Amino acid sequence: MGGRSQMSASVTTATLGRETSLSLFERMLAMRHFEEAVIRLYNDGRFVSHYHVYIGQEATGAGVLETLGDEDRICTTHRNHGHIVGRGSDPGRALAEILGRASGFNGGRSGTLHLCDPARGFLSTSGIVGGCAGLATGAAYGIKVRREPHVAVGFFGDGALEEGLVLESFNLAALWKLPVVYVCENNSAGAVGPQQGGYPTAVTAVESFTELPAAYGIHTIKVDGADMAAVYSASRDAVQRCRAGNGPVFIEAVTLRWPGSSPLWPEQATTFDLDQAWNPELIAGPHADWVRGHDPLLRAASEIVAQQFATPDQLKARDRAVRERIAAAAAFAIESPLPAAESAFSDVFA
Amino acid sequence: MRRISYAAAIVEALRFSLATDPNVSLVGSYVLGLGPKRALMDAIRAEFPDRLHDPPTSEAALVSLGAGAAMAGARPFVDIGTGSFSYVGWSPLVNEAAVARYMSGGKLRVPVVYHMLHGLRGGGAAQHSHSPQAMLWNAAGLEIVLPSSPYDVKGLLRSAIKSDNPTVFINHARLMDIEGDVPEEDYAIPFGKADIKRAGRDVTIVATSFVVHAALAAAQELAAEGIEAEVLDPRTLVPFDRVTLLDSVRRTGRLVIADETNLSCGVAAEVAAIVAEDGFEFLRAPIMRVTRPDVPTPFSKPLEDAITPTAGKIAAAVRRVSAS
Repeated sequence: MGGRSQMSASVTTATLGRETSLSLFERMLAMRHFEEAVIRLYNDGRFVSHYHVYIGQEATGAGVLETLGDEDRICTTHRNHGHIVGRGSDPGRALAEILGRASGFNGGRSGTLHLCDPARGFLSTSGIVGGCAGLATGAAYGIKVRREPHVAVGFFGDGALEEGLVLESFNLAALWKLPVVYVCENNSAGAVGPQQGGYPTAVTAVESFTELPAAYGIHTIKVDGADMAAVYSASRDAVQRCRAGNGPVFIEAVTLRWPGSSPLWPEQATTFDLDQAWNPELIAGPHADWVRGHDPLLRAASEIVAQQFATPDQLKARDRAVRERIAAAAAFAIESPLPAAESAFSDVFA
Repeated sequence: MRRISYAAAIVEALRFSLATDPNVSLVGSYVLGLGPKRALMDAIRAEFPDRLHDPPTSEAALVSLGAGAAMAGARPFVDIGTGSFSYVGWSPLVNEAAVARYMSGGKLRVPVVYHMLHGLRGGGAAQHSHSPQAMLWNAAGLEIVLPSSPYDVKGLLRSAIKSDNPTVFINHARLMDIEGDVPEEDYAIPFGKADIKRAGRDVTIVATSFVVHAALAAAQELAAEGIEAEVLDPRTLVPFDRVTLLDSVRRTGRLVIADETNLSCGVAAEVAAIVAEDGFEFLRAPIMRVTRPDVPTPFSKPLEDAITPTAGKIAAAVRRVSAS
């Protein structure tokens, strides 16, 4: 038992193949353009709240979501936008929710923090640190009791491993061999502790996060979270193990935090430019180092082109199409009406 | 007198507490929330580096740690962050800190302060907007402090840290920028002393925390109509100043209670019960409550506005009780 603690990357973009590579890239494009739209809408004063974006973690979400079936269950957190949009949920209704509009997925109740699309298998989106790990474990228990062939996936950040609930959930999932994949999106590489990160993210005494689930006998896989092929491979492996009845799997996907993500109100110094994938000299601005070395979209694009799965022009055409779709979604959200005040009092009970 | 912000007044009280008692320590430095005001804590971080500890996100363990440290003679100030997160630490809060002195037959002391930010903050939605004070009031054994002004927060925080009891110190995110007169010197405000924030003869408005400011705005609006409202801020729920409350209602004969906890079993319900039991003969009209209704908190602004106790809603309630 126990985990593999080294980085796993048995699959590369070459062996992913054209169709899967492009599907992953499409999900990542949707996530990035969606988040850029969210930042613009916030800066334009279209909504009030602290909020969290998924920029820099797209390869993780895309890699996991690509391996899931329509009936699988997903639980996410306050950093949920990428998972929702990457799953294929309507970006217009998602943006409308973030703007508190009646046409949002949740009628304006949830906003950015609890954005949720139950029609696509999402459980309640918890903004309580670690909350989603318990809910995903519960979904896996439900799947097992109902003898369904599905899996549950719980996405959470590295900070969740500081919460007792998460460790207790590991124990339950291991004891009862529940079909749950815990996806720990560790975006604190290089930012552990409040002084280092400017905001307390990972504050932990363990050397490696995989030690914690491994202590319960949970199979663990550590991957580069900016490598779509590595995440896809890890998640496919995890989902297969779960479906085969082998119990829970823990994936740690490590990314270097996007420097605009500080601390709760993201600051966007540069916007995404796909041409930088093949013209690195275009990379400039205060986030240049991160963009050059860690932007998962640019990395995916250059790998796809290197494998000749698509030409730069073909990828740019996809990028334009996604931009247009997100722009239309933002327009839809802005034009959507606010909910009637009386609706604050409905849906307290079924 | 010197005017400073509510946030700056908190920092002054923390600084005096650290400087005058080596047993005081801070667990968590995000007392002022995560806005720009938190830079005010930098001076404390520099001056008392060995008594400021930034913890992991582990509310249950932190609440428990604070209680245990207090039982062992320390005086920790433990920051829980948003009040909604206190529920993660609920068991050690109500099962340990609140009852340890009682269970020990009065032998243990638990001088810990738990700090949290409560209330409707604008876009906090259902998991960042709770006001746990009514539930905590229902768990015997915790002192509960709800300062509404810069002057009050400084003096009440000094008393909280000096108190030998577990104290829940509850600020509101929207209070942080409010400015007011605050003496430079150290001072403490005793618990259990309500403050009349505005005197008036016609109706008593009991309000807490940020809603005090809505009540004062309502009183100003009503004064233009010839209704003189008295605004009474209990400042601490435990201990509760029944004397000042009953004295006020005896003079005005009318009572409106405005508070952000939910309607059912909320702060306003308990205040109403006190007056119904012990001040019934003073009342010339039914008591009215202006509270958050019994729904989870929605994100969208019009929905949040619909459940917020505002000056307009308070004034409307006062007009109703004044008509009878």
